[in-house]
Amino acid sequence: MNPLEIMDSILIKNGIITAFLVVGIIIWFSYFLSEKLTNGKFHGSAIAIIISLILAYFGGYLTGGEKGLADIEIFSGLAILGGAMFRDFAIVATAYGVNTSELRRAGKVGVLSLFIGVILSFAVGAIMASLFGYKDPVDITTIGAGTVTFLVGPVTGTALGASSEIMALSIAAGLVKSILVMVATPLMAPYVGLNNPKSAMIFGGLMGTNSGVAAGLAAVDPKLVPYGAMTATFYTGLGCLLAPSVLFLLIRFVH
Amino acid sequence: MVIYGVALLAFCFISGLFLGELLGRLIGIEANLGGVGIAMLLLIGLSAYLKKKILLPPITEKGITFWSAIYIPIVVAMAAKQNVFSALDAGGVALVSGFLAVFISFLLIPFLTKVGKK
Repeated sequence: MNPLEIMDSILIKNGIITAFLVVGIIIWFSYFLSEKLTNGKFHGSAIAIIISLILAYFGGYLTGGEKGLADIEIFSGLAILGGAMFRDFAIVATAYGVNTSELRRAGKVGVLSLFIGVILSFAVGAIMASLFGYKDPVDITTIGAGTVTFLVGPVTGTALGASSEIMALSIAAGLVKSILVMVATPLMAPYVGLNNPKSAMIFGGLMGTNSGVAAGLAAVDPKLVPYGAMTATFYTGLGCLLAPSVLFLLIRFVH
Repeated sequence: MVIYGVALLAFCFISGLFLGELLGRLIGIEANLGGVGIAMLLLIGLSAYLKKKILLPPITEKGITFWSAIYIPIVVAMAAKQNVFSALDAGGVALVSGFLAVFISFLLIPFLTKVGKK
């Protein structure tokens, strides 16, 4: 048996461990680039996230699958390590040592930002859908809901009986949003004052996408993660509540 | 022992998700309403209480802080499994809506931060 084949089967069999190794190498290389090319100004974690997204693009291009790089068999452990279970478990852990008075101080504006965030994203998606020529209120609502997050889209679409193409489109809108938040947050943060717990809570409420917020804040300042995650965690639920009900009625009324 | 910290974290996580799911069902949506946030609040509350009772020695804390530190690697793995290809391959509506929603939301951050100050 050839040693490469043996290695291959070990890497595949121990997917999660392989994922630790792969992520470790990506992060090491990213911090190396951050240090050499930007003098540490552009966060190593931001570079790591961007490299991972690029790798994920090629994973999807090569395999035609839905899980990015994780669709290539030896990298399949990434899907587990980067899945919702570990992500949420680690997010909860970041709350350890959070400043509770900061949480309380920004509580109200955090809730306000949640409502504004859901309604704004929905409105943008709905307006774009009708500009692109969609006429059916169900289609418009589903695309608007997808712009809220890629979970709210299919939940709303299913509730309203949208076609599967429209659902796929709504999921894509949510994906675009989530990926863009990951990439743009470290670039935008200095310009919008995203450097304290309060603005992090507002950011979490406005963007809402769990993965986007999680990765975006990690690349700005990991200390801000629990504040953003705290509001973002209510976003999808609020979207699932508003989109198929009040917001759908509103769209039907406007139409 | 380290496992006590991990177990405490797991307890908060499971309880939070359970309450979030229950909350969602109560108001009739098929989604978890703030489970992770509730879990975070539980962890903050419980750990503060245990610290006061001197029941949270540094070695136990390590079971929690390890997961907090492994957060960024997890996020990097998460980025690598995103469906980037189909996001970029999607139709114009998806790209434009996603882009505008994010851009406008960013512009609102400084505005809302000011609102909160009053």
